[in-house]
Order: sequence, then structure tokens, then C-alpha cells
Amino acid sequence: MKRILFWLIPIAFLATFYIYPLASILKISLERTQTGILTPVLDVFNSISMLRVIGFTFGQAGLSTLLTLIVGLPGAYLIARYRFRGKALFRALTGVPFVMPTLVTAMAFDSLLGVHGWVNVGMMSIFHLESPPLEFSYTLWAILLAHIFYNTTIVLRIVGDYWSRLDPRLANAARVLGASQFQTWFNITLPLLMPAIAAASLLVFIFDFTSFGVILVLGGPHFATLETEIYYQTTALFNLPLAAVLSILQLIFTLGMMLVYSKLIANLARPLPLRSQMLVQRPFGSWRRRIFAVIVLGVLLTLLILPLVSLAARSFIRIEGERGQLNQPQKSFTLDFYRQLVISQKQSAFTVSPATAIAISLGYGLSTVFFSLLLGIPAAWSLTQSNLSNPDRHTRMSQLIGVALNAFLMLPLGTSAVTLGLGFIVAFNHPPFDLGSSPILIPLAHTLVAFPFVVRSLTPALQSIQSRLRYAAITLGASPRQVFYNIDMPIIGRAVLVSAVFAFSISLGEFGASSLLARPEYPTVPVAIYRYLSHPGASNYGQALALSTILMVICTLSMVAIERFRVAGMGEF
Amino acid sequence: MKNIRYFFLLFIMFALSLNACGLPKVTPASTARTETPSPPPQKKLTPSPSGIRTLKVLTHDSFDISDALVQQFEKDNNAKLMFIKGGDAGTALNKVILSKESPPADVFYGVDNTFLGRALQEGVFEAYDSPALEKVPDTFKLDPKYRAIPIDYGDVCLNYDLEYFTKNNLLPPQSLDDLAKPQYKGLLVVQNPATSSPGLAFLLTTIGHYGEKDYLSYWKRLVENDVKVVNDWESSYYTEFSHYGGTRPMVVSYNSSPSVEMISSDKTVDKPVTAALTTDDTCYRQIEFVGILKGTPNADLAQRFIDFMLSTAFQEEIPGKMYMFPVNPEAKLNEAFQKFLVIPAKPANVPPQDITTKREAWLKAWTETVLR
Repeated sequence: MKRILFWLIPIAFLATFYIYPLASILKISLERTQTGILTPVLDVFNSISMLRVIGFTFGQAGLSTLLTLIVGLPGAYLIARYRFRGKALFRALTGVPFVMPTLVTAMAFDSLLGVHGWVNVGMMSIFHLESPPLEFSYTLWAILLAHIFYNTTIVLRIVGDYWSRLDPRLANAARVLGASQFQTWFNITLPLLMPAIAAASLLVFIFDFTSFGVILVLGGPHFATLETEIYYQTTALFNLPLAAVLSILQLIFTLGMMLVYSKLIANLARPLPLRSQMLVQRPFGSWRRRIFAVIVLGVLLTLLILPLVSLAARSFIRIEGERGQLNQPQKSFTLDFYRQLVISQKQSAFTVSPATAIAISLGYGLSTVFFSLLLGIPAAWSLTQSNLSNPDRHTRMSQLIGVALNAFLMLPLGTSAVTLGLGFIVAFNHPPFDLGSSPILIPLAHTLVAFPFVVRSLTPALQSIQSRLRYAAITLGASPRQVFYNIDMPIIGRAVLVSAVFAFSISLGEFGASSLLARPEYPTVPVAIYRYLSHPGASNYGQALALSTILMVICTLSMVAIERFRVAGMGEF
Repeated sequence: MKNIRYFFLLFIMFALSLNACGLPKVTPASTARTETPSPPPQKKLTPSPSGIRTLKVLTHDSFDISDALVQQFEKDNNAKLMFIKGGDAGTALNKVILSKESPPADVFYGVDNTFLGRALQEGVFEAYDSPALEKVPDTFKLDPKYRAIPIDYGDVCLNYDLEYFTKNNLLPPQSLDDLAKPQYKGLLVVQNPATSSPGLAFLLTTIGHYGEKDYLSYWKRLVENDVKVVNDWESSYYTEFSHYGGTRPMVVSYNSSPSVEMISSDKTVDKPVTAALTTDDTCYRQIEFVGILKGTPNADLAQRFIDFMLSTAFQEEIPGKMYMFPVNPEAKLNEAFQKFLVIPAKPANVPPQDITTKREAWLKAWTETVLR
């Protein structure tokens, strides 16, 4: 009973800020068909180019997921099985890409691999080439690399954490009984890891499946996925019924995957012989292992961090002169872009100093933290209750409800952002929810994104509180208050802090909703970056680079804070 | 089982009632709206210190205005201006159309002539024949009923990197036909007309120039000549354009871009580094309109704001803020623009009603020909 009551707050939130706007926009869109509701549906399934779009959406998501796993699994192994210096920092750094807005990512890759990126410029000057040898932008590789860049951290965290608690004695036993290293891995470790790998893959797949900015900006006009097609149908062709059908189709696909995901997550909680990390982790020891570690860490840092470092470097360097001659650009160190950021040149009603933009972003970030904890803590608590198997006859039912609620919670992540954005506009400018252009909409939209992550990091911490510990404390004479302060608080407190920082950084890096809902006088940092980027002139581009670097630094600091406070080995994400 | 179903029903109802009564208390929505039920429209506004009204102005992302002018309008009209940015021009218009039952603002600025048909068809605007329109040349007045009122215009033209052409001893292109010639192979970058407004303007240029029958074959020639298509102006200009280190010395941009390059340069430059091709039939003129949204209770104040947008003070600000140009001929341009700006004498002509009826078909045909 109590559990259902706890669900009320998050359910009410999702009903108001997810289902209601989504239903509003779908209704308005579908009402616009003159020839009946079936026409747009038939339009989708009878058109070869639409089917091709759906095919490509699945194809690129599948390929991206596969590559992300290949890149992420060795890293997860290192994190799980070895103790090494700088591990927390490494984990923190790999989390930074996840919260970067797409336009910053696009600038980052461009500064590294683009036509005037470091790699091309370097190769041109070394080999005296006339034109850039590497073609990166607008290729399938750009999409795949960007997806790896964004999502590898999911594999590292989900699989890495699970792996780190897996009992190594099973594998050791297999080795003793004469199995080869490969046989052991294939027959023992892999099957044991499967739930974690599957859960991570599905989450990565869903992110790749609905990715929008990456396809549009890095992929370019030759690639179309469901999400970009929805945008195209909505904005360019104003074919809202067709866009609505595509959104619903995308939603059905995502819902299916979410259900599978939640089922797998539920399996993850199955009691396996888990061991403390202190017992399973060891130092590298041999040189062979050290070299392996250097290679794995090197590859990961190159893929995830180098683009960001390269962007930061560009913000300090002026490339000038001899523009007609591509192979000999002059470079010099400069702080001008940062200086220009501080001095607002144009007296505009909408220009704000970067300090103000940062303050606004921080304000929205803190509000997002507030809302997502307000919703996340009760949700996580009731999820925990449903996962603890009580031997009564409703167990199966309540577990099913748990799975369904879990899937429902994740659904906003897999919904077309274009459609939902329009839904917000349509639904919240008249009673009963007349929020118009109220600034509250932004943290609420951010909460929709951050909420699932908050729940994911809180649930395991809550689960880990064993009643035995409480009983022991009580037996030893602790008052209820002492039990709470000495047993519950230390475990939950840190998890709450971690999820707070998560919500905070997601809010900092969010662009889509902020640009659509923000009042122009109060731009967030990503919106301010976009503004510099949309005007011609070298100083505007430089300021966009500088502000992106500042955003990166703030996100990195938050990620470091997450690692600092994370309960070791806890948190599904 | 039955019990559970009942329970669910109950708690969903409870959730909804919780929303309905709980929400306004949590959100500052009620305080954000300071406007009072409006007085009936009157000829002369009598400013009373207590009755400050708020005028909501919805614009596209590129709108900009100086603080000084905002304050001046607010003082003169005893009003408060509240700006809302609704995304790019297409998204902002969709926003207006989809919420026309309860308009999100009083005034909407940012419909251009490529979207005008959609806006008028959907009937989102109220007519207003501003007295300030008298001075505006008739070529800008595309809506004879004055529901959409012209404010500014700009020409989307081909830009090229002067340094590249000098260094490589190549003559800059003189016409659209030139772009398909072998000596310019692999030098042009354009934007996807489905996602970018200069991209759409350039597509319309080719339709105006070659006609509906031949524009697709022209695009086929461009594709054979290795034209690069990107989704947004930002990538085409800052990534692909050779002036910013890219490999393409010709880019679709505005006739104002070369002057803006000089104005916003860090160093003092005395001669332009890029140029725009402005010969006959090679540019497309975008005209941006403002309109009063149907159903606004503040129509009188909205009319004042439109008069204000057509006044010389606001019109003279447009070039420096939005890189577009005033429709009011009395507004003066600043020095850099006066010196370097070339306004094309004869932009490509596409009848507005054709754009309304065939826009979608053209976009689809273009996509099939160039991208697939």
C-alpha cells in the first residue's frame, strides 16, 4: 500500500509533464489529417524511403552499440579487476562526454578530425599535402564515433560495476580444472556477465536509436533516422500527421526495448555470489598486464577525451593569415577569445556575460537537482520494495508492476524530443497548466531527462541496506535515531549526492529543451554557445570555443565529484 | 485482480487531482503573468502608473534589439516587453500555428516570405494597416491585407573567398551556370533547404532562375560537379568555407556577410576578404514579417509595437543586430555597410503563391535528386 503511495509523486509528474504534452501534440497532429487516420500510417509503410529510414535507424544503432561494446568491455574489465592509481579520475573523465551538448561535440570532433582539425593540418604539414587527407565529417564513421564518444561510459559503468562484484573463484576453479583462458572466459565469465552486458547494450541502443543532434550535425543531410525524419516532416514539410505516426512508431519500438531492458535489470538483482571489490581487485603485477592496461586506457582516452582536449586547445589558439594556402596556417597562442567573452561588445537586450549565463545554468541545474530528488527518492524507494522478494503470493504480480513502472520511467528518454518539445508548447500555454514561458519549464524538462538516472543510482544503494545491519544496531542498544544516522544515512546520503550531481550535469549540458523554452534574456551556457556560433566572424567562433571549454571544465568537476562520493561498486549507472 | 484494477483507477484519478490542485502552488506561473484583463481597444492610450501592461513578443532565434530601445518603448507606452524565442523560423511558426487556440504571445515576428503562405493559410494573424507602412516600398508588401507586415529584408547570395581566387589565379564565378563548370568542381558548399533557411533561399533562386522545368537538371549538374550539402549554415560557414580553414571557397550566405566579416574582425581590415555574387537572378530576397496574433487582448499595444518596429530608430538598428536591412528607406546604414554592402538589383523571382502551393513538392523533389 505504502509503496503505491510513494509512486504517486513520480507518476503524477510523468502524467503531467510527459503523457499530457505528448498526448496533446499527437492528438492535434492527427486531427489535421483530412483523409482519415489511416492515410499517414499507410504513407509510412508504403514508402520505400520511409522503410529505408527505419532500416537505417536500426542499422546504425545496432552497429554503434556493437562498437561501443567492443571499445567499452576491455575498459570495464580493467575497472572491475584491477586497482590502479587515477582510476577514479579515469572514470570521471569518461563520464564527461555523456553530458556534452551535441554542438560542442560537433565542434570538438571538427577541431580534431575536421578539414582544419589537428590531424589533417598535421598530416598536411608533415607530408606537404595540398588538401586534407582525412574525410571525416558527414560520413557514417562520424556518427559511429560520436555514439561511441557519448555512450561508452554506460558500458564502463554498468558492466564494470557488475563485473567488479562477480566472484572470481568460479573462473579460478575452471582454470584449475584445466580450461584454457578463452574457454573460461567464454563458458564462465561471459554467461555470468550477460545480464549486465545486455542491460548496457539495450540502454546504449536506445540512445543511439533516438539520437538526433549527432545524426543531423555530424552525419549531415545524407543520413536520415526516425528522429531526424520526424524533424524534417514537422518543420520543413509541416506534415504533422505523418510526423505523429513516426513518433508513435518510435515510441512503440522504444517501449518494447524498455520492457526487455527492465526485465534484464530485474535479473541483475538476482542474488549471485557477489564479492567485495577489495577481494577481487588487485594491482597489475606483470608487465604484460601493464602493457594491456596502457593500450586499453590509451584507446579509451583517445576516443573519449582527446576530442574535448583538442577543442580546449583550439580556444587558446588563433589561426591566421595565409588563408588561401591551406597547408601553412600560422598559429599563435591567445587569450583573446576569453577576454572578448568578458567584454560584451554589442549592447543588446539579450546579450549576457558568460558569468551570467553560467549563473543561469547553475540555477537551472540546482532546480533540476531539487525536482529530480523530490521525485527520484520516493520512486527508488518503492522500486526497492518491489525488488525485495517477499515470499507472499503477490510477489510475481508486484515484480511485474515493478518491471512495467521501471520501463515507464525510462520512456521519456526514448521519445522523440522534437515531438515532445512541441507538446510542451501546445500543452502548457493554456489552463489548467498555464505556464506560458515560465522559467520553471526548463528544470522540469531537464528533470524528465535526469529522473531515470537518479532512480538508477539510488535504487541499488537503498537495496544494499540490509535489515540485518539495522537489527544488529538495535540489539546493541542504538535508538531509532542513531540507527538512521549511523546506518542508513551514510549509505543513502552518498547515493543521493551522486544522483544530485548527475541531475546537475545533465541539466548543464542540455540544449534542445533549453533553446526551445528559455527566455532570451536568460540563456543557459549551451544556448549562449549556439548564439555565438550562429553569427559570422572569427571572434564569434572563438568565443563559442571559449565558452564550450568553460562548460567542459564545469562538467568535469561535477564528474570528479560523482566519483569522489560514489559508494564503491554501487549504482547501476 | 478486480481490486487491483479499481485501485489503479483510483490512484490515477488521485494523481490527476493532485496535479490539478497541487501544481499552481508549486510553480510561480501565476506570478509570472502580470497582465490584467485588457481594456477595450482605444485610439489613445492614457498611461497610468498602476496599469503597466505586458506585451509578449514571440520571435525566431535570430531576433535582437538593444536595451535602450526596449526601455524607450516601455517608457513611451507604459508597458513591459517580454520576448519569447521560439527556435528557428520554421519551428517558431509551428509553435504559433499549433497553439493558435490560445496564442502564446501578442505579436509574432520572424515569418519570412518562404513561410508566409503557411502562416496566412492557417490564419494566425490579425490585419493591421500601420500608418508607418506608407513609406515602405510596395515590393515588400506581399500580403495585400496587411496581416503580415514587412520589417526587414536580406539577400541570400553566393559568397566567395577572395584570397583563394587570387592565390589560385581563378576568376570568381559570375553566374549560377558557372557553378556547374569544371573549373569550379568541388569548390561549392550549400545548405540543405529542408533544415536551413539560406539553403531554401538558394533552392528558390535556382527555381526562379531556371524555372520549374529545369532546376532539377541544374542541381544534377551541381551534384556531378561535387557540390557539398550540409544541414546548417554554421557548419557550411565555419567548417567548410575556406575563409575559416575549410576546403570550399564558395558558400551560400548573405549579401551582408562580407561586410559583417569586416565589422567583427579583430584587426582593422581595410579591404574585404570575402565577397558576394550579386548579379541578376543569382540571389533570393528574404523578407521578414511581423504580425499581430489573432485573439490577443492587447491588440492596441501590439499595433504600437509594430509602428515602433517600422520607426527609423528600430529600423536603423536592424543591420548591426540581425544582419538584415530596413524596409523603411529613411533608415540610414552605418559606415561599413554603406561602403561595402552591395544590394542586388534584380534578385531571382518566384511568385509567393507558387511557394505556398509547391514548397513541399519542391523540397521532396530536391531531396530525391540531390541527397538520395
